[in-house]
This record gives sequence, structure tokens and C-alpha cells, in this order.
Amino acid sequence: MKNSINNAFKIAKKENRPALISYTVCGDNTKEKSLQILNSISKDLDIVEWGIPHNCPTADGKDIQNSSYRALQNGIRLNDIFKLVKRFKKLKPYKPMILMGYYQMIFNYGDKKFIQKCKESGVDGLIVVDLSFPDNKNFAKLCKKNSICFVQLIAPTTTFKRMKEIAKSSHEMIYMISTISTTGSALKYSIKRIIKNYNVIKKIKPSKNVVIGFGITHKTISNLRSADGLVVGSAICREITRSLKDRQNPVTNVGRLVRKLKNKIL
Amino acid sequence: MIKLKKKTPLIDQHDKFGFYGNKFGGNYCAETMRKPIEDLSKLFEKLRKDRKFLKKRDHYFKYYLGGETPFFKLENLTRHLGGAQIWCKDVSAINGDAHKAYHATVNALICKESGKRYIAGDTGAGMFGKNLAMAAKKMNLKCKIFMGTKDISRQAPNVKFMRDAGAEVVPVDSGSKTLVDAVSECMRHYVSNCDNTHLAVGSAIGCNIFLKICAWSTSQISRELKKQLIKEFGEIPKLKLINVIGGGSSALGFWNEFIDYDKKHVELIGVEAKYAAPLSTNAKVAILHGAAQYCLTNKEGQIADTHSISAGLDYPGSSPLHGFLKDSGRARYTNASDKEALAAFKLITKLEDIRPSLEPAHAWSECIRLAPKLKKGDVLVVNNCGKGYKDKKIYIEQLGYYPK
Repeated sequence: MKNSINNAFKIAKKENRPALISYTVCGDNTKEKSLQILNSISKDLDIVEWGIPHNCPTADGKDIQNSSYRALQNGIRLNDIFKLVKRFKKLKPYKPMILMGYYQMIFNYGDKKFIQKCKESGVDGLIVVDLSFPDNKNFAKLCKKNSICFVQLIAPTTTFKRMKEIAKSSHEMIYMISTISTTGSALKYSIKRIIKNYNVIKKIKPSKNVVIGFGITHKTISNLRSADGLVVGSAICREITRSLKDRQNPVTNVGRLVRKLKNKIL
Repeated sequence: MIKLKKKTPLIDQHDKFGFYGNKFGGNYCAETMRKPIEDLSKLFEKLRKDRKFLKKRDHYFKYYLGGETPFFKLENLTRHLGGAQIWCKDVSAINGDAHKAYHATVNALICKESGKRYIAGDTGAGMFGKNLAMAAKKMNLKCKIFMGTKDISRQAPNVKFMRDAGAEVVPVDSGSKTLVDAVSECMRHYVSNCDNTHLAVGSAIGCNIFLKICAWSTSQISRELKKQLIKEFGEIPKLKLINVIGGGSSALGFWNEFIDYDKKHVELIGVEAKYAAPLSTNAKVAILHGAAQYCLTNKEGQIADTHSISAGLDYPGSSPLHGFLKDSGRARYTNASDKEALAAFKLITKLEDIRPSLEPAHAWSECIRLAPKLKKGDVLVVNNCGKGYKDKKIYIEQLGYYPK
């Protein structure tokens, strides 16, 4: 559905809460399990993100590295991911799906072919961790042409001038990295400082949906509830790791965690 | 075909996005790193034109690293092989035992100029780690070295050196537990600490600025060699410059001053490890550690495993600058197996007084293959870029002895 990402934010806004966005790795720990997990948690989520596992993930902390490793061990391939996305979208046609990954996986597949496949399987948005502005201009254009939202990232190190350029060229959603870190480490900055950074971006382009990610857990999430959206990734991946280690069912455990996260922002 | 520009330093032949020949390099990094690498680029461009800084660099090269490294003919080997004249540029004679000394020292100097107090680097063979630890100690910087656990155990003498110099050695136990994972982990550390830490990437790899700093630093080798050649021959004779390639930092330094020469005059030959050989086995271009380069991958695009007895060569990627040199036809690349490198070490050390580490042993192997096919007038120069003591244990395991 067109503009389903915008819609998801609208619904959350109407309910006076931030949109809740999950990040899990597609294929973690198996193809079927990752689909089951996503299907079961998606009722509490506004947008779902699926990571494309890569074996050289230079921006990810231990938790997401572990998830990617498990998925790759179980033989996940890009074509499997597209098939799983298609199946997910059949189950939840209105749930926006964003794929997130490293550019090498896309480059190897071919930009055009990759975007075409995304479109066919129902992907609504893309985040490419290591394809930053302005190097991503052509790729972002190609996404737009195919009605896929290319999500730009803004970091605490991004200068104001650059922020303005990024915001201007961004599609409907912007991803703000909360703190100087890889994914999943503890927040290094005070909540006040993170909100301040967030407000700077919002002021540049109030119409864009700005989500905050990196280091968000059930402990910090409620303090950031003024944002348009919040992404929880490593905390979920950690829960999958824990469940597998304790021989428990990750589907129920992750479901419980996401429910808890949701309750914190209601 | 990609063309090189004449009279423009190789490292400066990139476009505004950091690409060489529209194809190699770039800045494929997380947004968090963009500002720090932009700041570093500005600082580096300023410093390389700053006379005071250059004087300081030269001072360190001369008095701290011991000045010009020797250049001499290997008479016995030449006679034994019965073809080309074989010469050795013995970079391993430097204080620090490898070309990484230049690169590490320059990085520590840049770190100092940037006002940052922490410096972090990756290492495979431990040569960069050791030199960075030494330079950091000298310049009063806190140093962290990332190293794969497999390499920590096979290059133990260098690890001890790093620790003795006061550096923290961070063991990297993920993936293949070798250099590729050490570089990734070091980059993660930088992403998380770029506000107070200078990243010293151990080879001519990574985002544009990192490979520029590296190749700029090691180019000291060819500046010296050029002078030494003219002193010996009265001119630059018809040459073949043979260098081992891991990431490719020593070759870039060894070749830098000779890029503009016609390849019939000065031929550039790179030697990779047989099972870590993206340049000589027609690997695809892939994105690894922030740059597009020839890199070993599987069909899905995942970075492939490599195997080499030499920790410094056990890396799936290659410098974007080598991709550029390969595609422009300026350099050619070949490879040597573990066995061939060991055999080369055996022969060289039997006939001559040098003790190459496993990395340059690969270059010597190509020299041994090539020399008998050439004439007396041909000059082969091999960059003996690392000292063998660090591999003593491996040589003893493999050959049963380590020469005196």
C-alpha cells in the first residue's frame, strides 16, 4: 500500500504515542522462526524492520552480530529474504516493512535488480547503513521512483549544515542515531541531550517523521516517548539469544518483551 | 580502460566522492563516521603542506626510525639463479622491523596534531600494532590494538612487544579470528569513540582518507630507493619492483615514485598469498571496510574466508589503489603459496644474510621464479619489508630450523 509508512506514523500520532518499530534479523535463528517471531510481535508494532545479515557488519554491536551470524549459519540468502517478506506481507498487508542492511549485499545483487525485487515482494522502505549522504543520492532517487522510502540517517556527529541537506533530500522518514556508538550499546548521552538533538532535526523539517534508534531498551523507552517513532533492535536480538540459550521459545519471549515496550509508551 | 594521470600523486587521483577510476574506494561508512573522517581529511591536507609538520615527520623518520634503510645487491642469489641482477631494498632494517613503522609514526603524529589522546589500530601480523604501540608510547598517547585471536597466538612475539610498550591488545574472537575481523572491530570501536580517538587503519584500506594517509606515509621507501638507484646506476635502470601484497601498504610505498614511468621501464609486480589473492585471481569488486575494492566473496556477496600461513596476508580484500593500478594496467599481480614462500625463505637465508618474515617471503618467491628467465642487464628489486623473527616459531615448525 502506498505511503503505508506515513500512515503508520499518523495512526500512532492519533493515539498520542510514538510509533514502535522493531529490528530483527531476517533468518534469525531460522527462516521460519524469524517469520513466526515477526508475525507474532507485529500486532504491537507500527513498522517492522528486518535486517539483511552480512558477515562483516562494521556498525553493529555484539547482539546484532550474533543474530546475523545465526541467520547466516542457517543458510539465509537474499532471495529467501524476499520470499519471506512476501509471505509476511501476505499475513500483514498493512504493516510497513523496512529492510535494513549493508551496501555490499545490494551492490553484489545489483542496485536496480535489488530495488525491483523489493518492490515486487512488498518492501516499503530501505535503510542502508553505510551508504550515507550525498553518496546515496542516485540510490535514493531510484527508490523513490519505485515508491520505496529511502531512510536517511542522522548521527550526533552530523553538522547542522549537513543535517539540513539530509533532511531536505530525505523521504518521509529520518532515522536519528541516539548516541555515538554501534548498535546496542548503552546510551552515552542524557535523555535531555538526545531530545535536544531530535528537536533540532524536527525544527528543520517538521513534516518528516523522525525516529530515534540505537540503545533503546525497556528502561529508556518511556523517556523518549515524545519522538515520532522509536526503534528497538539489539534488545530484541538479545532476547532471542537468551531464549535460545535457555532453550525457551523465542516467539513467546520476544512477544512478551515487545508487549512490555509497547505498554511503556502508551 | 582506466587511465592514470601523470604528475598527480596516485593517492590524489580520486573524485570528490573518493573514487579512483570511478570504481575503487569511496566512503562507505556509517553516518556517525562522516564528520570525523571529514575533519581528518582536512587536517591531513593541511599537514601534508605544512613545512613544520613535514620537518617533524622527517625528524622522526631519521632519528626515531633510524633513517634511510639499506639497498644492496644479493650477489650469491644472483649468481645462484643465473639471470637478472637481484637487489634488496631492506626496509626490515628500520627501527620497528617493517614498513608499518612509517605509517604508525605518521598516524601518531597526526593524532597528536588533532588533539586526540587515544589512538586505535588493527593488526594482523602485529607489525603495525607493535609500531603503533611504540609510537604511541613515544608521543604519550593511549593506544588500543585490535587483533584476531588466531593472530595473537601465531604472532606472539609482536603481541608481547605491544603489551610491553603499554598498549592494550584487544582480542577479537569473531568470524575467522584474523585481520578482517580485527579491522571490523577496530572500526566499531572508532564509531563508538570517534570524539576522542584517532583511527589508524593498519593498511591502505578503508575510507578514502585512511588509505591516503597510509600510502603517503610508506612512500618514504620509494623516495629513498630512487636516490639509491641513481647513486648505484647513475640513472633509473630498467627495473622490476617486486612487492608482497596483503592490504597493499608496502607496495604502494615502494612503487609511489615510479608510477609515472612507463611499465616497460619500471615494471610493478605484486605478489599475493595464494588463498588470499583477490587481485591475481579475478575476484569481483566488493565493498569491505568502507571501500570498493577487489575482494574475495561468495556468490551471495558475503566476504569469503582466506587462508595463509602469513597473518599479514590473510585478508580477503585489497587496497582500492591496487584495484586502480591493476585496471589501468600499470601493475600486474601474481601469487605464491605457503609452500613457495617457505621454500623462498629457505633459499634466501641459505645464500644471504637477510631474514625475511613470511610476508616478504612471498615476494622473494616470485623473484626466484622470475630471475632465471631474465638477462644480466635486468634489475629486480625486492622490498624486504618485514623481519623474520616474529615468524621464528612457524619457520621452525615448517622447516625444522631458523637460521642464525
